[in-house]
Amino acid sequence: MGFFLETLIGGLMAGMLYSLVALGFVLIFKASGVFNFAQGAMVLFAALAMARFAEWIPGWFGLEGSYLGTAAAFVVAGALMFVVAWLIERLVLRHLVNQEGATLLMATLGIAYVLEGVGSSLFGSSIYTIDVGMPKDPVFLFEGTFAGGLLINKEDFIAALIAAVLVGLLTLFFQKTTTGRALRAVADDHQAAQSIGIPLNRIWVIVWCVAGLVALVAGVIWGSKLGVQFSLSTVALRALPVVILGGLTSVPGAIIGGLIIGVGEKLSEVYIGPMVGGGIEIWFAYVLALVFLLFRPQGLFGEKIIDRV
Amino acid sequence: MSTANILLRVNSIEVIYNHVILVLKGVSFSVPEGGVVALLGGNGAGKTTTLRAVSNLLHGERGEVTKGSIELRDERIEALTPADLVKRGVIQVMEGRHCFGHLSIEENLLTGAYTRRDGKAAINETLEKVYSYFPRLKTRRSSQAAYTSGGEQQMCAVGRALMAKPSMVLLDEPSMGLAPQIVDEVFGIVKDLNQKEGVTFLLAEQNTNMALRYADFGYILENGRVVMEGAAKELAANEDVKEFYLGLSSAGRKSFKDVKHYRRRKRWLS
Repeated sequence: MGFFLETLIGGLMAGMLYSLVALGFVLIFKASGVFNFAQGAMVLFAALAMARFAEWIPGWFGLEGSYLGTAAAFVVAGALMFVVAWLIERLVLRHLVNQEGATLLMATLGIAYVLEGVGSSLFGSSIYTIDVGMPKDPVFLFEGTFAGGLLINKEDFIAALIAAVLVGLLTLFFQKTTTGRALRAVADDHQAAQSIGIPLNRIWVIVWCVAGLVALVAGVIWGSKLGVQFSLSTVALRALPVVILGGLTSVPGAIIGGLIIGVGEKLSEVYIGPMVGGGIEIWFAYVLALVFLLFRPQGLFGEKIIDRV
Repeated sequence: MSTANILLRVNSIEVIYNHVILVLKGVSFSVPEGGVVALLGGNGAGKTTTLRAVSNLLHGERGEVTKGSIELRDERIEALTPADLVKRGVIQVMEGRHCFGHLSIEENLLTGAYTRRDGKAAINETLEKVYSYFPRLKTRRSSQAAYTSGGEQQMCAVGRALMAKPSMVLLDEPSMGLAPQIVDEVFGIVKDLNQKEGVTFLLAEQNTNMALRYADFGYILENGRVVMEGAAKELAANEDVKEFYLGLSSAGRKSFKDVKHYRRRKRWLS
């Protein structure tokens, strides 16, 4: 029992991290109808920026070893993501208003490679670490209930908490604020939004900024777990099944989808894996996504594709 | 029309799509403050393009005003963005309604107030006013727009534009795909808004009969040119208009067998 719960919780924690990346996809898709392939590259870019600034800034201002240095690095990396968002809008999206989805998709693929390239030439391409001072030591819970208790990683727990707060804030933003409503309007119909005076350019900068910040948070958490390296940009591919499962347009869907996939991967690896020789973890998510595409293409919580007959 | 109260003046504009396709070949017209002006004509005559040129939505369609000028209250507006124009009180209701399908009717209406900075109370006041003009919308306020009927969507689109408190609304083909009864209702509300709220309307319509009944003045477009203009009553009484657009002739209903195409070419296109 204890082992099962540990696997389950491990899956939930991993799922939370997938969710963070998936969230970036959902935000941009929701607000601009663009499937942003560059999300993974943005995570990498943000993580690289964070890792390097956390190294440089304390050196410049003599803040070694203090939280202030880390906080300053986070702020600077955040600002950098704003600049990236603004540049993307200015140089790419502005010229592609009202173009086909496929055109925009290709554009984001291009953005992904440019970001990866610029990221590694600005910040270097070796492996870096991010240390934001999260506690690494595991704790035992429920020692009275089970023999041996449950082994839980504190770091994972905090990461999950951060993700949950982020999602809560974003949901409020989308449902309750004027800007959030305008973002949803733009997602539904660019042209109509433009015709009633919603400036697309500003909306896009806002949404890419928000996605950039989410990428930064995801990058910091992933980076502090696994180290910052080039392969970080492929976490985007791991998050693809999550968005398909949860629905491309649903913020809570990204979270639930992430959790399901995280848990499913771990449990299937542990319990079904031995029967088929292991390795399920790698493809489990994709098979699940495929099944969803067949039977519920809008995902668990996605907006129904409404067609009037 | 005296020149003093001209709200919008379009001077022989030429519009080219994709740098090659010439759609408007010198269209000129003017809209007086507080008037209802109709742009009439068949498919591809250039009505929608004209409206888009005024509201500056051409850019997204890869179109461009290459010649001529558009003036709002004697001020050139070709270089403004659609959002700037909405702030100056000119808003377009696009052809085919274009409601935000996944937003509720009320949310749709509220997005229309995006450019306003005069506070929540004023916006709610306008919302109530829109509901008083379109009581049907109030009963459907929380349904997703995509699930409402075509007529309700058209009303939602017009209501959404009114939420910006415009002085002028460009209304593109409000009758499209609607039952005649609903068309009557929509046009009736347009007339009401014009008389009670003083909103100026520029209307693009294929439904010549209906448009001339509610407009004060009309321009007939054909092949990207204005071929005829006049007070709505005169146009409705004009023999050619009757024959070409209303399907009537002096000898009562005419058989399609006898419609002479060459005649209209000879008369209107040089």
